Amino acid sequence: MNAQVSRRSLLLQAAGLGVSVSFLGGSAFAAADGPMAKRKMVVVICRGGMDGLTVSPPIGDPDYAALRGAVAVAPDQALKLDGTFGLHPALESVHALALKGQARIAPAIAGPDRVRSHFEAQDVLETGSSHVYGNVYSGWLNRTLEVMGPSTIQGLSVGPTAPLILRGKVQAASWSSGGSVNETARLPTLLQDLYKSDPLMGPAFARGLETEAMGRLAMSTLAPAMTPVSTNAAVAGPNAMVQKAVVQTMAPSNATPAQAMAQTPQVLAAQHQAREAARKLGSTLAGFMIQQGGPRIAAISLDGWDTHAGQVGQLNTRLSYLDAVLDGLNTGLGAEWNNTVVVAATEFGRTAQVNGTGGTDHGTGSTALVLGGGLKKGGIIGDWPTLKQEALFENRDVRPTLDMRGLFKGVLAEHMGVDRAALETKVFPDSANAKPLTGLV
Amino acid sequence: MSLPSNDMMAAIAATRFGLGARPDEIDAARSDPRGFLTAQIRPEGADQPQGVESSAERLAQAREFQMQRQAAAKVDGDPKAAPVKAELAKNARNAMRDQTGDDFLARAQLGATTDAAFRERWALFWANHFTVSSSRQNVGPLIGPFEQEAIRAHAFGRFEDMLVASSTHPAMLLYLDQAQSVGPNSKVSIYQRTHAQKVGGLNENLAREILELHTVGVNAGYSQADVTEFARAMTGFSVGQEPNTSFRFRDNAHEPGVHTVMGRRYSQEGQAQALAVMRDLAASPHTAHHVSTKLAAHFVSDTPPPTLVARLEKSYLDSGGRLDELARTLVQSPEAWDPTPTKFKTPYEFAISTWRAMGAQSAPIGKLPSMVTNLGQKPFSPPSPKGWDDTAQVWCAPDALIQRLRFSQGLAALSADGVDPNVFAQSALGARLTPPVAKAVARAETRREAMALLLMSPEFQRR
Repeated sequence: MNAQVSRRSLLLQAAGLGVSVSFLGGSAFAAADGPMAKRKMVVVICRGGMDGLTVSPPIGDPDYAALRGAVAVAPDQALKLDGTFGLHPALESVHALALKGQARIAPAIAGPDRVRSHFEAQDVLETGSSHVYGNVYSGWLNRTLEVMGPSTIQGLSVGPTAPLILRGKVQAASWSSGGSVNETARLPTLLQDLYKSDPLMGPAFARGLETEAMGRLAMSTLAPAMTPVSTNAAVAGPNAMVQKAVVQTMAPSNATPAQAMAQTPQVLAAQHQAREAARKLGSTLAGFMIQQGGPRIAAISLDGWDTHAGQVGQLNTRLSYLDAVLDGLNTGLGAEWNNTVVVAATEFGRTAQVNGTGGTDHGTGSTALVLGGGLKKGGIIGDWPTLKQEALFENRDVRPTLDMRGLFKGVLAEHMGVDRAALETKVFPDSANAKPLTGLV
Repeated sequence: MSLPSNDMMAAIAATRFGLGARPDEIDAARSDPRGFLTAQIRPEGADQPQGVESSAERLAQAREFQMQRQAAAKVDGDPKAAPVKAELAKNARNAMRDQTGDDFLARAQLGATTDAAFRERWALFWANHFTVSSSRQNVGPLIGPFEQEAIRAHAFGRFEDMLVASSTHPAMLLYLDQAQSVGPNSKVSIYQRTHAQKVGGLNENLAREILELHTVGVNAGYSQADVTEFARAMTGFSVGQEPNTSFRFRDNAHEPGVHTVMGRRYSQEGQAQALAVMRDLAASPHTAHHVSTKLAAHFVSDTPPPTLVARLEKSYLDSGGRLDELARTLVQSPEAWDPTPTKFKTPYEFAISTWRAMGAQSAPIGKLPSMVTNLGQKPFSPPSPKGWDDTAQVWCAPDALIQRLRFSQGLAALSADGVDPNVFAQSALGARLTPPVAKAVARAETRREAMALLLMSPEFQRR
């Protein structure tokens, strides 16, 4: 891909990972001079309600182990951050950055939405508005570009859709590798659940999935040379999906994803491939951003965080992909890492208490990860409300102490140099009660 | 038998009797679900899709192409003639295919947008009962006109009229080979024999299908002799050659004499003879039973309740085969309101219902032909004169479900953004939305996932 294309808005999809990338940028900032001219921002949207208590387990909180039971991260496995918090063991790269003061956690953050609906909360997260189904139906990253200067970015649309966070007046476009729709890996499982008691659709659908997985496996065995996984992020996905489909079809329904995924060497190999593909995705995105005039604002979606059951195995996998994407970004950006802030955020967290199926349900406060070479050193971002029963939000969720919009406003103002008045009126209207977080960079 | 709540009946009215709920449709049916349906029954028949030409026009266009080809053939000595001929043939094929495709889309558009979806489903049932198929290439451009002229116009009239209209329509006459059928003792045959020409013969295809599929049904006790006799009586039914005509009775091809069909002697002359056979077939209790069974199976269950069939049969016989009465009886029958949805949607029904659920705004309906083709229901191409099957065993196949999932995902990717999935689920299924599906939709990770889940739910896949 050439520089011409890189200046446009793109959406990359690595199908099996449920990962997509979009970015805009270039000319809106090209005219600016000074240290701000190189500043970059990446937002990673973790869709599905990522469990903050697993991302950054408060192992030092006296109520954590009891609330979480078998889902709790063991103190000796957590990657230690401070006296209270650690990181999930899969977040090795993030932890390495944290030790250098280049990664921090906001462990009790949430958007202004409280209905615990994925799509509503994602809308609020991406539109930056104070409530869902309002008049605002453009993304706050798009409006950021709008207020930062007139843009000549042209649209490019090859893939299915651009994420809402980048949709709006500044013409965004999308590109994809032609992989499957993101939800492919998840929908069959959800549908099998709905078809459980359906004597007709249940068996027919299971048979269809089985046949499809076998067909794809057969095709990938027939043409292994045509899918050089190490050099193409996009093609690794379908392979991983085949494995996943096989596992979903063949594994006993009571197996945890970890057990199921661990069954065969092929599955392990597929996991490794998928992780490498995720790393490649991060470094590819970085590759666009370090070009002269390349995009300086980007968004990545990482799906699959809705963990009502079998959470341990699922989050092992997802967090390992997230870590790989962030690692790829970090290494790919090289010296530009010092000019970059990456925020990984989710639409809401999950219940503090584990449910009856080894998972958790929709909650409120969660963890956001903030990374970048230019971060100021410091502890956690925001206050920790603790997990005492009386401290929980509505007796069930981590109580948010920080409004997500405050974090974004802080990064935009101090790091990207967005005009403060425009920030309050155009980028995040109705956000007066979410004060910009200061002192991050 | 007690009826379910008005909420449930409103959902059933829109999804089972209709073609799937459009936004607000269930609300519109709520105060009086049965009245909502009976108001759609009207003497002038079903609605006509936009822009479909008449069969006479389509036949004239086909003749025009044929004449051009013949003209090209006359200059055979010219080396340029062969490519000209090939070009003309190609143009003709393309034009016919376009006409067929346009007619199908016009019908789909009507189905996706109509406020009177029960009327449309009723028409679709009869169009499938009197099947014609573009598996015969020359029939394709006549299917739209066939539905318009033979089916929709008579949808709430007398069965006998629909039977006659379909059996004299060029689409049916060509599809089931009646147009070429010649009586062995007809004037044409006698002339051909005395002039040492190739003699045409009897074709009993249409006669057989009328008995087996359209009227009394295969178990009505007729014999091969009845089929042959009926075919003889029908000789002369053919396609018009004059402008502005589509049916033509070729008296010269008619087999003279008295013909006996199912124990009755028919001594009429000309086309009156076959029409008299049809009148008796239409009035037969076997036909009442056959048609009622099929209607009950289409609307209610693959194994319809015998009480419902009996109710419809009585209505048919009491009214002299009035289809409006039959429709009213169906709506009034408590068996038809059983809340358990047992009918699995055919691909066409599934596709139209998705468009309706979205208010037919979001996605281009031009995607529909390839979609239903992938799902095994190629537009206007039923595999046999029996028409499309509508039973679950046929359509709920493993690969078909995977294909439906792909379609649902694609459609959701195109149109789910900005839609409130919980509202969408409610407006699409109303009281038929079950708690597990409502919960799955509410808990979905994205709007797209929510919409795909809803479209793939057992409740939405059935009606």
